[in-house]
Amino acid sequence: MVVKLADRPIWKSGVTLAIIAGVCTSLVAFTWQLTADRIASNKREWLERSLQPALAGLFFDGSVTESMITIAPPHELPGSEAAIIYRVYASEEPVAALFVVSARDGYAGPIRLLIGITMDGIISGVRVLEHKETPGLGDRIETTKSDWVLQFDGHSLKDPEAAGWAIRSDRGQFDQLSGASVTPRSVIKAIKQTLTWFEANSVAVFAAPAEVEDGTEEDNK
Amino acid sequence: MATSLLDRFKSGLWYDNPGLVQLLGLCPLLAVTATFVNGLGLGIATLAVLIASNTLVSATRRWIQPEIRVPIYVLIIASLVTCIELIFKAFFPDLDRSLGIFIPLIVTNCAIVARAEIFASRHAVGSSVLDGLVMGSGFTLLLMAIGTFREIFGQGTLFSRMDMLFGGEPVRGIVLAENGWLLLVLPPGAFFTLALAIAAKNVIDRRRKESRTTIPRRARTLNR
Repeated sequence: MVVKLADRPIWKSGVTLAIIAGVCTSLVAFTWQLTADRIASNKREWLERSLQPALAGLFFDGSVTESMITIAPPHELPGSEAAIIYRVYASEEPVAALFVVSARDGYAGPIRLLIGITMDGIISGVRVLEHKETPGLGDRIETTKSDWVLQFDGHSLKDPEAAGWAIRSDRGQFDQLSGASVTPRSVIKAIKQTLTWFEANSVAVFAAPAEVEDGTEEDNK
Repeated sequence: MATSLLDRFKSGLWYDNPGLVQLLGLCPLLAVTATFVNGLGLGIATLAVLIASNTLVSATRRWIQPEIRVPIYVLIIASLVTCIELIFKAFFPDLDRSLGIFIPLIVTNCAIVARAEIFASRHAVGSSVLDGLVMGSGFTLLLMAIGTFREIFGQGTLFSRMDMLFGGEPVRGIVLAENGWLLLVLPPGAFFTLALAIAAKNVIDRRRKESRTTIPRRARTLNR
């Protein structure tokens, strides 16, 4: 039995729907045309820009993101996923390496860190890229919330010595965050581990061929 | 229907506020209002979608058979949200990252389909644009109010990260206190704040109703 919806035949509704769908699709396609280039350049720019803070005070040239390599797990760097390294040059001489690694034992999941280390093994900057720490307590590792993460600038494995790489309440040299001790401990441990790894592998890092940055890292978030 | 412009605005911003009275679109309202800038950003995006969808629904209302109107509203709203998302990604990339999934989720904001069904499908284009403007502004103002409250008391700042909308270096905003009441930043704080806002509105409405009935009497006694 045919249920009659209206006086109009149903194919007319179908045609209306198809026309509107066509118009809407064109609208999206048109907007995409207008914005695609800008979105792609925004992505590249954002990546470059988010890497800059870890290179404070260093002279370098060229695009940092073009010299990326990834180290697949298992590796000796912090984190269970692939580690990303951007190599920084000045007049084709290695200047520093930027590490994107994960501190695994944060209070609430891994903390994604950006760590810049010069060829002399000195920290040029640390930034937190991603984390799930408690708002108001552990999230003060972000630069927008406090300056905590800036205290590592200029330090190396020799300054302080091994035992000093801890928060003060653990007899270390670095400030803690009141109300959150798991977070700073895990960040400090990851930084120290990265410094140690780079000291042993710096030649191999700069010998490896560069990979093509396709922006998938950002999309995977 | 000869309601004045003022009445239309009063209705959208206060008496029929989509968030405060109709309680529509609560998912984004509660989820993103931890800071002022997030509330403002999502508010503007929703406002833009609402005006555009009201315009399109109203402009096509004569050709749309009633039995297929809902799929057509969904098509129109989904396309517009995709366009807005692309525009945000192109021009406000930081805000887009901060609002994350809630930009595409505007598509599920029932305030928008409600205005299409209740208003735009029955009124002329001009009137429907105005409806989108007032209802969208009402929603945006509520998002801003809740964002302001939660940011001040939850985080101790105001207008932090305004650079996401206006460009420039990341800013911490006006720092009023180093810390705030954590609960307000977390999801339950959103529910408490909305509840306070609704309660405040009801109290104000009742006061005004009472004063309207008592003031003339008082005026009479003074005249005597």
